[in-house]
Amino acid sequence: MKNELIKPSGLVKSTDRRLFLKRGTMSVAAAGLLMIGCNDDEQIPMNPAVSLGSGDIGILNYAYALEQLEAAFYAAVITGSYYANANAEEKQIMADLEKHERAHRDFFKAALGTAAIEDLEINFSSIDFGSRNSVLGAAKTFEDLGVAAYNGAGKFLVSADLLLIAGKIVSVEARHAAAIRDLINPGSADFAGDDLIDVNGLERTLSFSQVLTAASAYVITPLDFSQLPS
Amino acid sequence: MNLIKLLDTLCPDTNSAEEKDMFFSRRESFRKFGDFGKKVALAAVPLAILSSLPRIAKADTASLIGVLNYALTLEHLEYRYYQTAIESGVIDGADRVIFNKIRDHELAHVKFLQEVIGNVLKGMPVAEPKFDFTAKGNFSPFTDYPTFLALSQAFEDTGVRAYKGQAANVMESDVVLTAALSIHSVEARHASMVRRLRTKKGQDTVKGWISNGSIGSLPAATQAIYAGEENVMHAGVNVVNLTGIDATAVSEGWDEPLGKDQVLGIASLFLA
Repeated sequence: MKNELIKPSGLVKSTDRRLFLKRGTMSVAAAGLLMIGCNDDEQIPMNPAVSLGSGDIGILNYAYALEQLEAAFYAAVITGSYYANANAEEKQIMADLEKHERAHRDFFKAALGTAAIEDLEINFSSIDFGSRNSVLGAAKTFEDLGVAAYNGAGKFLVSADLLLIAGKIVSVEARHAAAIRDLINPGSADFAGDDLIDVNGLERTLSFSQVLTAASAYVITPLDFSQLPS
Repeated sequence: MNLIKLLDTLCPDTNSAEEKDMFFSRRESFRKFGDFGKKVALAAVPLAILSSLPRIAKADTASLIGVLNYALTLEHLEYRYYQTAIESGVIDGADRVIFNKIRDHELAHVKFLQEVIGNVLKGMPVAEPKFDFTAKGNFSPFTDYPTFLALSQAFEDTGVRAYKGQAANVMESDVVLTAALSIHSVEARHASMVRRLRTKKGQDTVKGWISNGSIGSLPAATQAIYAGEENVMHAGVNVVNLTGIDATAVSEGWDEPLGKDQVLGIASLFLA
């Protein structure tokens, strides 16, 4: 694969990247100092937290983390027995979602280049991939969460170009969410249910902390989002 | 780069520290306004809260009002469309729960935008235009259910593209941007539902997401609504080449924006 393909110009500004690298280096150094400072009987964390970074890059990494989670989920779905036995419509939807989320994930990784966080360790042991209810319930959680995460993060983006890219993806996540909800409760108003949409017709937004707390039920790698804008 | 662009727009000859301070305090005002906006979003707005809003520079407010009035025009169109259809009895009994919900959302959007434009930004919300949903006798959405569904899909997919196209134009205000995003995803949910409903009824083969900019079985007049949706280049990355995923699936994974002129061109087909 050509290098240029995975380093889109203009997306991540070189100044941002420099800043990120500088901060990244500092936090690694600081982590080192902490380790040195530890007494032998103090517990040294096995898994040091992965910093999402700051500014627009931090928000891109936040999106990348969520897309990693979604992509891993659908990759597991299409190798499970629910999928193998699903009807044609549901198979088509799951196959599409697997491709869409994998494309989102790989796109963010490419867009972030060297600023991208590592591959996250994910655990789906609480999901039964042989059970329709379990798979659709989890899919609903992930899709609704993704929409609320993008809607909540939009205001922190400084770059209009990145805001547009987030906008292009969030509406597709909303399309997914509506379809999954309709599979769970067909022909009902749940596709845009009152549990998500308020009396003004506005969909809920969630903060970085709310989203990552929800995601932490599946993402084992600890994520440090302390440098994200607030 | 974005800040510089904003500074150019708002303070044309800004080089002095004083003027920059003015700009940043203005941005700060918007942020505070944002906090109040959350309260606006909860219920009817007490006058005390409105009068305590920080003052916002006139030029910025005018541009926000312009964008929101554009959005309000589209919401008027959608609300009137669904309300008329519900009153006409064209909607299949089993599907009324879906379109009552969509109608409720469009009405809520109309009221919310009127509130923000009129009571928060102190502007004049546009009046509801007179619509002709037959587009001069070409369609019969209120007597023919498949036509109703087809135009519903067209309006919802247009709405998604229209809000997306304005995101950058309202990003100076956190509350307006967040509200616009929160309406945008609701329109996308509607679009997905209506698209799949049409396919379930055998009227089309479209999925909840848009494949390759295809209009499916919609009338040719809707071509402009889907033009450009086949795009697979994002931030300079060809996602098909990057991932090896087929172009159809990649095109489905990203929705594209539409500019105001294009959207108003589409909407004008339905103005009386």
